[in-house]
Amino acid sequence: MPEERRDLFAGSAGLEKARHIYTVSEITRDIKAILENTFPEVWVEGEVSNFRAANSGHFYFSLKDNDALIGAAMFSRANKELKFKLEDGLKVICSGKIDVYMPRGQYQLIVEKIEPKGIGAQQLAFEQLKKKLSKEGLFDPAHKKELPLMLFCVGIVTSSAGAAVRDILQILKKGAPCVDALIRSVRVQGEGAGKEIAQGIVDLNQLGTVDAIIVSRGGGSSEDLWAFNEEAVARAIYNSRIPTISAVGHQINITLSDMVADCFVETPSAAAKLIVDKRNSLLSETESLRQQLKFSIAGIIGNLKHDLVALRHMLKSPKERLQEKVQFLDEVITRLHHSMGHFLNIHKERLSSLAARLGSLSPLAVLSRGYSLTSLYPDGAIVKDASQVKTGERVKTALSKGFFVSRVEEVNKDG
Amino acid sequence: MAKEKQSFEDEMRRLQKIVEELSGGKLTLGESLKKYEEGVKLAQGCLAVLNDAERKVDLLMKKEGKFSLEKFEEEEADKE
Repeated sequence: MPEERRDLFAGSAGLEKARHIYTVSEITRDIKAILENTFPEVWVEGEVSNFRAANSGHFYFSLKDNDALIGAAMFSRANKELKFKLEDGLKVICSGKIDVYMPRGQYQLIVEKIEPKGIGAQQLAFEQLKKKLSKEGLFDPAHKKELPLMLFCVGIVTSSAGAAVRDILQILKKGAPCVDALIRSVRVQGEGAGKEIAQGIVDLNQLGTVDAIIVSRGGGSSEDLWAFNEEAVARAIYNSRIPTISAVGHQINITLSDMVADCFVETPSAAAKLIVDKRNSLLSETESLRQQLKFSIAGIIGNLKHDLVALRHMLKSPKERLQEKVQFLDEVITRLHHSMGHFLNIHKERLSSLAARLGSLSPLAVLSRGYSLTSLYPDGAIVKDASQVKTGERVKTALSKGFFVSRVEEVNKDG
Repeated sequence: MAKEKQSFEDEMRRLQKIVEELSGGKLTLGESLKKYEEGVKLAQGCLAVLNDAERKVDLLMKKEGKFSLEKFEEEEADKE
């Protein structure tokens, strides 16, 4: 090329006639033809910048690397298929063709397909949606509703032909036959499945008879579970007045529905087990409350009985009280008798000793020794002095045994 | 159904409260017996609801915005 160009310029001086003069349109057309024929299908890797979505639906942006930049356009027809959101800074691989836009003399890449570099388009779309919903607060724990104490009627949004509904119903039938189920059958994979799932959740809310909604499907590839990552599903779950349980796939898959739902379990079976567990724990709690009731009332009655016995001991009938008094009286009388006897004995003894002493002082005792006692007769005065008597008077003489009356013959006052 | 759920939760809560009051020991004998009787009735009611084995499984159908119920055949589960 440089060789040719040199020749071209070298000849420019002398070969005026031979030189071909292009119009701007001509040269542009030629360039356009060369470029478009040379690059009818290319793959270009770069970073998105200056991204702009026009009102027409077309996307305009640049692809760049450290040293260069190329303009790119993706028309609405092509970008409709795009799963993720194009944004500045995104590293992408674009496929398309080079096109020259003649009015501006600009070449650009007309993009037919874009893939994010490093991760899959779907994965990127998922991350982008997750970020957006998170920003809006759809995963906010504060928004999550508590499940009711017991679910007596569950709505199940899933395919009526799938394994998920079978698993759930079987476990409920065995473990919690008090639970009714209302199935809203929807397609759980493929184009439009997300919309159906979302509508199912809306329908159950509109009907309003279920205690909770299980949004479910069995395990599968991440593509199979894709519907549960759709924005419509996430929003329907978020807007549900009725508490939601997300039970999608296997442990490894976490879907957006899992993140938005009030309660998230790893499999459809786990959702049913959750309800069975609720029932069983309520059964045992009720049973234990009933036992506590019996225990409490038995305790209350037992205490009262105990008090009653104590009170009865304290309360006595009048008859019992009278008997007690009589008994007391008897005892007092006995004691009285006893002490009276003692008292009498003491005095008896004192009396007899006094009597003995009295006896020894008695004049009668002197008489027994041969003395006699003379008294005037009949007035009885003891005669101690001869002057007391006159001759002819009668005196009475008492002896130890008997007495006699005599007449005084003679009186000698000097003795 | 929502009504049943509501009353169940209310009854459960009432039962818990009665058990608490009764074990608190601050009631007269008459009150205690009354609460006990009520508690036993509530417990029996709750147990009966939880032990009820009459389940219904329906499909919710929607045609032109109108809901209807259809019995769901549980063939697979019945075979077990």
